[in-house]
Amino acid sequence: MTPPEGARVRPYLATRGRTRPVQETALEALVSATKSGRAHTIDAVPERERILRICLSPRSVAEVAALVRVPIGVARVLVADLETEGLVHVADPHVAYAGRVAPARDLNVLERVRDGLRRL
Amino acid sequence: MAFVDSEVVDGTQAVQDALSVKIVVAGGFGVGKTTFVGAVSEIEPLRTEALMTEASTSVDDLSMLPDKTTTTVAMDFGRITLAGDLVLYLFGTPGQNRFWFMWDDITRGAIGAVVLVDSRRLAECFGAVDYMERRGLPFLVALNAFDGIQYHGVDEVRDALRLSPEVPFVVTDARDRESVKQVLVRLVEHAMAIVRGG
Ligand SMILES: Nc1nc2c(ncn2[C@@H]2O[C@H](COP(=O)(O)OP(=O)(O)OP(=O)(O)O)[C@@H](O)[C@H]2O)c(=O)[nH]1
Ligand SMILES: [Mg+2]
Repeated sequence: MTPPEGARVRPYLATRGRTRPVQETALEALVSATKSGRAHTIDAVPERERILRICLSPRSVAEVAALVRVPIGVARVLVADLETEGLVHVADPHVAYAGRVAPARDLNVLERVRDGLRRL
Repeated sequence: MAFVDSEVVDGTQAVQDALSVKIVVAGGFGVGKTTFVGAVSEIEPLRTEALMTEASTSVDDLSMLPDKTTTTVAMDFGRITLAGDLVLYLFGTPGQNRFWFMWDDITRGAIGAVVLVDSRRLAECFGAVDYMERRGLPFLVALNAFDGIQYHGVDEVRDALRLSPEVPFVVTDARDRESVKQVLVRLVEHAMAIVRGG
């Protein structure tokens, strides 16, 4: 894997009002392009363009990293930037369920997962 | 499809997001983790890498200097769409147990873990079992019967691993979709029992 050049992927990220460190975005958090994200077809950073393209349907942060061929930490930064700019929407289950029973400990969720697996 | 509608995201309407959950597939080197994930995944297992420097530091250390030598740790994963609004990811741990920082990332918020064991190399899974116990993550141990051959009896293996009685122990064939499905169902049931039990 060739790491992207430093100039293209910023080596740091200010939290800019985020409530959580970017590196805590769940690997399984689903990223999808927003309407403006879909209209934003050209970007100076090719990795960003590629993310917007693959996220026309929801993809996890891990998939973004694998498909765009960047390390997972870089994918998290790129996705967070795109989210700040309103170009993607990030559905992070840990955030969505903050203060509630985590999805992995929610019997309704577990039941749906079990039944879904049985139906495969 | 109840998947998040991007049109709606831009509007003011509240969005019902799709939910993603994950299960971890752990075990020693070459025990069949990738095979197990591939047997049920709807996509070819994908591989992604983390940089070793992400371990202890924040993004500050993600300086992508081309000449800087960084250790990369690979993990692979698969995806199963269970419903229009529910996706299950299966994450395989890196083969080498020493990359614990990746394990923390992979296991955070997981439903539970399948610890795969090769009966010829039992000790390889000790690290994974210890890890799951320490983290309090629901897990089961699945003996991957390579070619249907079990080199030790099931009870013998169970004893050798010193598993506490409540940890499910099953035999699987990592190449077989039905077998892998059953293991996953068993794990989810185990996780449900733990939730119900307290
Ligand atoms: N005959 C047989 N071969 C298997 C079985 N499970 C896995 N293998 C083979 O064993 C080898 C290792 O399997 P992998 O799935 O790559 O194992 P892994 O745990 O992902 O390996 P690392 O990621 O390198 O730690 C591969 O060549 C598989 O084809 C099995 O049940 N029977
Ligand atoms: Mg593997």
